[in-house]
Formats: sequence, structure tokens, C-alpha cells
Amino acid sequence: MKNREDIAGFAWISPWIVGFLAFLALPIGMSLYYSFTDYSLLEKPLWVGLENFKALVNDPVFWIVMKNTVIYAAISIPLGTALAIFIAVLLHQPVRGTSLFRAAIFVPTLVPMVASAMVWMWLLNGELGLINQTLRPVLGVVGLSPPNWLSEKLFAMPALIFMSLWSVGQSVMIYLAALKDVPPSLYEAADLDGVGPVGRFFTVTLPMISPVVLFNVIIATIGSWQVFAIPYVMTKGDPDRATLFYSMYLYDNAFVFGPKMGYASALAWVQFLIILALTGLTMLASRRLVYYRAN
Amino acid sequence: MGNRAIKGIEGRRERGMSRVLVYAALIVLSGLYLAPLVWMVSTAIKPQQQTLTQPPVLLPTPVAQTPEFAAQNFSDVWNNPIVDFPLYLRNTLIIAFLSVTGTVLSSAAVAYGFARIEFRGRGFLFALLLATMMIPFPVIMGPLYVLFRELGWIGSLKPLWVPAWFAGAFNVFMLRQFIRSIPKELDEAARIDGCGHFGIFWRIILPLSRPSLAVVALFQFMFVWNDFLGPLIFLQHKDQFTLALGLALFQSQIGSTPWNQLMMASLMIVTPVLILFLMAQRTFVEGIATAGLKE
Repeated sequence: MKNREDIAGFAWISPWIVGFLAFLALPIGMSLYYSFTDYSLLEKPLWVGLENFKALVNDPVFWIVMKNTVIYAAISIPLGTALAIFIAVLLHQPVRGTSLFRAAIFVPTLVPMVASAMVWMWLLNGELGLINQTLRPVLGVVGLSPPNWLSEKLFAMPALIFMSLWSVGQSVMIYLAALKDVPPSLYEAADLDGVGPVGRFFTVTLPMISPVVLFNVIIATIGSWQVFAIPYVMTKGDPDRATLFYSMYLYDNAFVFGPKMGYASALAWVQFLIILALTGLTMLASRRLVYYRAN
Repeated sequence: MGNRAIKGIEGRRERGMSRVLVYAALIVLSGLYLAPLVWMVSTAIKPQQQTLTQPPVLLPTPVAQTPEFAAQNFSDVWNNPIVDFPLYLRNTLIIAFLSVTGTVLSSAAVAYGFARIEFRGRGFLFALLLATMMIPFPVIMGPLYVLFRELGWIGSLKPLWVPAWFAGAFNVFMLRQFIRSIPKELDEAARIDGCGHFGIFWRIILPLSRPSLAVVALFQFMFVWNDFLGPLIFLQHKDQFTLALGLALFQSQIGSTPWNQLMMASLMIVTPVLILFLMAQRTFVEGIATAGLKE
């Protein structure tokens, strides 16, 4: 009987097992092998040992995409998290019409990325973009003119970071659900202790939602190593590689330059290890910073 | 008594004040979040000449001709001789239909296995399934391309829908959570009536899981509709493109001056998603909230 359940269990989960082996474990293994080879897709992979990894350390573009990706993550994630929590707290207030406001914040996250890219290219357009048409008279007062966002090295990355704030709606919904889970008795207790609204946020709300914040930060961190479509469409990584992200460089190596599948696989493995390390670190840090309720 | 009454009045006044602030903040934020979409629509319904006006105006002149302007832009986009949007819509719908069906069926079966059958290694395999959610697509995209080429799938739509028939980790996770909330007594009753696992799954679990199956279907559809990197890598001929890829192609073909046509094309991709959202707002928001909360 016990044995029959074992067989039944494996039969029911077999689609996932097959998919996992074929479309995940196998590619990861192949990627590991390729990372030690020279592979142009046209000829058989040629073993080169650690050459790809050595080349990577000496590749200035590798360090540029590392820097860009880290800067993007280090600024857009804290900003986005703070903004999302702020909006969620506002939406959690007992005022009428929150469902409309909620929809307004959430709808931008539904816009397909390529369409977002189009809309923001138009918004950020140097001459006619809505943003510069708004900024021009304001900056004109102090004798400045707004930049041509996407084609100036200094402004392209800030523009993309600003744009990322447009799609915080999903995290807002997650935080909002977490806020609804905070027991009201805790707020009453804080009230009795004479804690004001700001103090209440830092002593009650934030600790109570901290596991959710952590979860979101991990997801966003992993996500920043996958940023691709928006910069690929909007800037192609330019000007002067100022918006070239890690995944874009990986794509270029795997499918455009050559292709250099061996080198691309080395990049992929480094990316994989970075994500593992980052997640591990966040989990460790969370032991000190996050409050888990006993179930 | 008296003291308490005064406190009550003060409290109410304070809440009244902050209510105004909350409203003001929510209105400003909603306006900012909707502005890009409003501007997209505003540009999509103007003749090209009028997209160049400074300062920008919301509606075309003469306003009465708006429907004609919009129809003209739509037909320019829809009938573009190089970028075949009707075909891309068809391709996208084919992929969406096949991958939604596949992932709903396979994920539900796998989730049933994990939720209802006690087999050896279940805990380990489920942990493994959760861990696979962390692997970013760019890490495996190179070898996946090689694999699909070996299978002879490059040149067809298969790379974009066949893997969906092998259960998505996140979908399994969500459905398992849901299935576990269905009382086991129902299974027992069905078993007494002579049902095996398949009978229980088909007659009890699937019908009761409809709300979460809807979430899975919706998310998968959104994923296909939005996906850019997958089609970019795996589709080689222009006549296999999806809408997202087609939009990027359209932008590179016509350049970025006819903003009215670009915005009309973007609007075309956004509209179906917005309609879906209006029809299934609760499904969206609840799905996202559960996704973020229940690790």
C-alpha cells in the first residue's frame, strides 16, 4: 500500500520532474560544461579550461555591466520599496474610493514591457517629451534646460531608475495585503502607550510586515539581474554602455557576438552564483532584522 | 469623563486633517501613475503634425474629428506592409492558448500530487521545486537554445509553449497551497464512492480549485503576452513573431518620429490586458497578494 502511494505520487508529479530535468537541470549542466569551452554553435565545443573565467576578470565590459546592474539595483530597490510601502500605507487608510486609487497604481504594472518602453521613450524624449515640456519652464527660471535623458551618459541610468518606480504597483498590492494582516490590537496597544502615527509605523507596522518586505527585496534583487527588455528596446545599452545590463551582455555573447556560447555560459554561471550569494546574505541578514510571528 | 470627551474631539479633528492629506496624496499619486497612459492615448489619437505642438495638448483639433484621426492611425499600424500585426496577434494567441492550457493542467496535477499523496521524498522534492523559482531565465537561455535546436524546434513556436506543459514551479506552489485548504473529508467521501486519485482530482479538486486555476491561467496569459526575451531568442522568422516582438520591430522599422503610430501600436497591446484587468480585477490582486505573502 505504502509502495503504491509512492508510485502514484511520482506519477502525479512526473510532469514537473521531466520538465525540471529537461528544461532546467540539463541546461544548467550544459551551461557548466560550456563555460569551460570555446563554443561558436557551428562547431563542437572545444575544452579551454578556465580561459573563459580568466577572460571575464580581464574584460572591461564585464565590469561595466556589473557596475551598471549593481547601481541600478542599489538605487531602484530601496527607492521602490520605500515608495511602495508609502503608497500601501496611504491606501490602507480608511478613506473612500481606495479601490479606484488602487487600480490607478496597479494598472501600469500590467503594461507589457515593450509598450512601457515605447511610452517612456516618448515621455523622456528630449525635445517633445512630456517630462521635458514640464521641466523646461521650471528649469528655465534658473537658466537651465532639461537633459536629453536617454542619450546623455549621465542621465540615461537615472531615467531608467525613475521609470522603474512606475511599476511598483505589484509590491504595493503585496504590502497592502500584509498591512491588512497586522492585528488591530497592536495598534490599540501602541495608542495606549501614547505612540504617535509615525512612531506607530516604525514600532508596529514595519516590524510586522518585515518578512514580506524581505521576500520582495529578494525577488527584486533577483529581478535586477534579469533586466533586459526595457533597456534593450529603449537604449540598446547606450550611450557608451551606460545602460548595458548584465543580462544584455550575456545575450550579446550568446546570440550576437560570434556567438560565444562558452563565454556567455561563464557569464551565466557567475550570475547564478551572485544570485545565490545575494539571496543567502539577505536571508542571513533577515535573522537579525525580520520579525516572524509564531504560527 | 470630560477629559476623555476632549480627547475624542481632538482625535477626530486630527483624523479629519490627515484624511485631507491622505486624499491629496492619493490623488496626486494616481494622477502621476496614470499620466503616461493618458499621454499614450492622447498621442495615439492625433495626426502626426499635432504630436509636435508645444506646449502639449490633450486632445486633437478639431476635437470632433478625433474618431477619424484614431481610425487613421489604427489602420496605418494594422496595415503596415512590413510589420504584420494581425499575424503577430494570431501567433501570440496560439502560443497563449497552448501554454495556458498546458500549464493549468500540468500544474494542477503536480500540485495534487504534492498536496494529497504522501510519497517518499515529497518534502525534498517540494523544496527543490521552490528553489528552482530562483533560477533566472538568462542563466539557462543559451543552452536552452542549443537544446531546442537539437530537437528541431527552432523555426517553430514550440520553444514558447511546450515547456509550459511541464508545470511551472510557481503555479504548482500556489495551487498546492489552495488544494491543501480543501477539506480532506471530501476526498474520503469520494474514495468510499470508489474514486481513485484521478476521480478525486477530476471530480473534487479541479472544480473546487477554479478560482486559483483562473489566477494561474491569467498569469500565464500575461506572461506570454508580455514576454520579449523568449520570442527574441527562439523565433527566427519575421512571420512567427509575437505582438511584443512585433512592436519592437515596428519601432525599429518606422524610426521614432511617427509617435502617434507608435503610441497607437502600444495602445493596441495594452488594451486587451486592461480589459482583462477590468473583468478580473479581484483575481489579479488576490493572486498577487497570495504570491507575495505565503512563502
